[in-house]
Amino acid sequence: MSERKTDIGPPHYEQFLPPVVKENYGKWKYHEIPEPGVLKHVSETGAELYSVRAGAARLISTDFVREACEIADKFCGGYLRFTSRNNLEFLLTDKAKIEPLKQELKKKGWPVGGTGHSVTSIIHTQGWVHCHTPAIDASGPVKAVMDDLFEYFGSHKLPAQVRIALACCINMCGAVHCSDIAICGVHRTVPKVDHDKLRHLCEIPTTIASCPTGAIRPHPDKALKSVTVNDPRCMYCGNCYTMCPAMPCFDAEKGGVALLVGGKVSNAKNPPAFSRLAVPYIPNNPPRWPEVVKTIRTILIKYAEGANKWERLGEWVERIGWEKFFEVCDLPFTFQHIDDYKFQAYDTYRTSMHFKF
Amino acid sequence: MSKTPLLDQLESGPWPSFVKDLKRVATKKPQVKDLLGQLERSYREKITHWKHGGIVGVLGYGSGIIGRYSDLPDEFPGVEHFHTMRINQPSGWFYTTKALRQLCDIWDKHGSSLLNLHGATGDIIFLGTRTENLEPAFADLTAAGWDLGGSGSTFRSPSCCVGPARCEWSCYDTMEACYEITQEMQFDLHRPSYPYKYKIKFSGCPNDCVAAVARADLSVIGVWKDDIRIDQAAVKAYAGGELKPKGGGAHVAKLDVKADVTDLCPTGCMKWDGKTLKIDNKNCNHCMHCINMMPQALRPGTESGAAILLGSHAPILEGAQLSWVIQPFMVMESPYDEFKELNGRITEWWAEYGKNRERVGELILRLGMREFLEAAELPPVPQQVRIPRANPFFFWQPTDFEAEAKGRKYFTKKGFEVK
Repeated sequence: MSERKTDIGPPHYEQFLPPVVKENYGKWKYHEIPEPGVLKHVSETGAELYSVRAGAARLISTDFVREACEIADKFCGGYLRFTSRNNLEFLLTDKAKIEPLKQELKKKGWPVGGTGHSVTSIIHTQGWVHCHTPAIDASGPVKAVMDDLFEYFGSHKLPAQVRIALACCINMCGAVHCSDIAICGVHRTVPKVDHDKLRHLCEIPTTIASCPTGAIRPHPDKALKSVTVNDPRCMYCGNCYTMCPAMPCFDAEKGGVALLVGGKVSNAKNPPAFSRLAVPYIPNNPPRWPEVVKTIRTILIKYAEGANKWERLGEWVERIGWEKFFEVCDLPFTFQHIDDYKFQAYDTYRTSMHFKF
Repeated sequence: MSKTPLLDQLESGPWPSFVKDLKRVATKKPQVKDLLGQLERSYREKITHWKHGGIVGVLGYGSGIIGRYSDLPDEFPGVEHFHTMRINQPSGWFYTTKALRQLCDIWDKHGSSLLNLHGATGDIIFLGTRTENLEPAFADLTAAGWDLGGSGSTFRSPSCCVGPARCEWSCYDTMEACYEITQEMQFDLHRPSYPYKYKIKFSGCPNDCVAAVARADLSVIGVWKDDIRIDQAAVKAYAGGELKPKGGGAHVAKLDVKADVTDLCPTGCMKWDGKTLKIDNKNCNHCMHCINMMPQALRPGTESGAAILLGSHAPILEGAQLSWVIQPFMVMESPYDEFKELNGRITEWWAEYGKNRERVGELILRLGMREFLEAAELPPVPQQVRIPRANPFFFWQPTDFEAEAKGRKYFTKKGFEVK
């Protein structure tokens, strides 16, 4: 065992940097986006670096990675990187190689884009491919939405960048809560307590403590050694299920999709903001979630038509007012839109006469 | 007839299809064939077929592996065990093809050949292997210079934006900071010793390309204190239409410096008279809008470092939080002692008082910002709040009276004055 290596941490990044990056590290002067999917960075030294960005699925195989490696060997001296949104970036110093590289990517069906005022790749979670709490799949709805919005990946025609994210349940693994458009899987049924399993599998105090609304109580029949759920207090977060596998809250028919809009993380002009509820429920409709795809397209088109240049989606909504947002997107406003969850809620009710009819 | 008629419908369309990719692997890997089979059933039944977790790992570590078991092991034996391995990514997600191929070889040998580049926290995600393969996979990974990332109630693998490697706006070396802090925290990364997860993300500027403010408990966001660097000739070139706004990343042919830049400045600290751009830098709030619009004309200043923000997390449990500014400026230079010390005080306080599964931001909500700031030895400064309180219900501590008597602004309860 003595030779067993542990706690070595990740390899040092320097060995993975292409020579042009190493030589110009910290010396970059400015950048341009000469065309959608191509970034040009210029150094104080005059050196130029071209990054060609290609969209990829998040769920990929080693075959796919080897293909990407072949391209990077052929065009980029064996270097490449990935972005925070699962895009590939091929790094070039020779401008003349951009076109042939793009041709090669086109042959493979790998789209070039994701820069500037585009809809770039949707960051997402694992869904039915690998998760135990999802309400919806992740890779499937992402593929369906990106197929539909494909024209916006490889162009800069929107008023600003649009960041879409998907989380397959309200745990929201991923920055869904701060995205221009957030797709969120929701459960809508209270956990079904399996008393026989619970007794053997779960710690009752931690299960009770896991409930953010205090809806879980010890079962009055002490012999059962289980819990009960006060149904009206439950908002289906599934946190109890995380602590106690005997409390699943899945329901094939009632689970579905919520859409939230208007969030962002950058500080440009306005501060970072949460996404806000636009649609509380859309049916879970595999394999291509047509109602989700259609609603997102509607929101995106109305935004593109209505926003001033440079306005992020949330900035557009803020300017026209949420009441106008629901009107122009033809989305019904429901009790679910009015926040009643803890400390954030009261800050969202209107106290001014600044509203529209 | 196809066994996956629903998934087959995801093979068409212009966006790259994960189904196509998985299908070609399924011809070599029976577990991927079974994964597709189980996924098809989920598509048909609209429900997941993964069982609740399960504790698996490699010797001596309490993190890095997520246990996953199918609830249909008889029908799909290939995914009976389908554990995830999180591999700590290199700073900035740069690779050589040699390194990537080596990772692929290891995963073809010990796992399903499926992966994510990368997961939400930043790690390389290897999806799907059996318990008995974990230790051999780990041995091959470490032999090749790779290590597992965090999971569960640990310090999670930090991540960073591309920083000075390819960006002119980075106000500190995000790549180096991420690497050095990751190395420093190896023990906490691999052995769960916290109340819950704890993430750090390093963004080089307020554009925050790794979403530090929303996705990291401790958000380190680059900022400058001096003047925005201006190239007046380049400003004129933007005004004249020779240079494209946002470097060409927008469908706008010509920049209107007044309408598109100075009128949209949130602090109104800029003026453009058609010849010269003037910035009242003392009143700039570092939003990045003008810099984003004219990347060849403007750059952040050179007296730079990072703002330290704390507390963000997704909605579980108290509702989503964004990180709060706790220290508006810190010089970020190797060996990052000031940062490491502050991080140590934060995690120590949280480990002491945090309840099981309580994020540090939630603990601050429960115990109060003052409690936290005193523990972290941080003074109250106006940059920490958007607006001061509107209610008259503020507390006075005995130390406040002592400080008052001595003509001082404040003492902490620990009995010393914060810097």
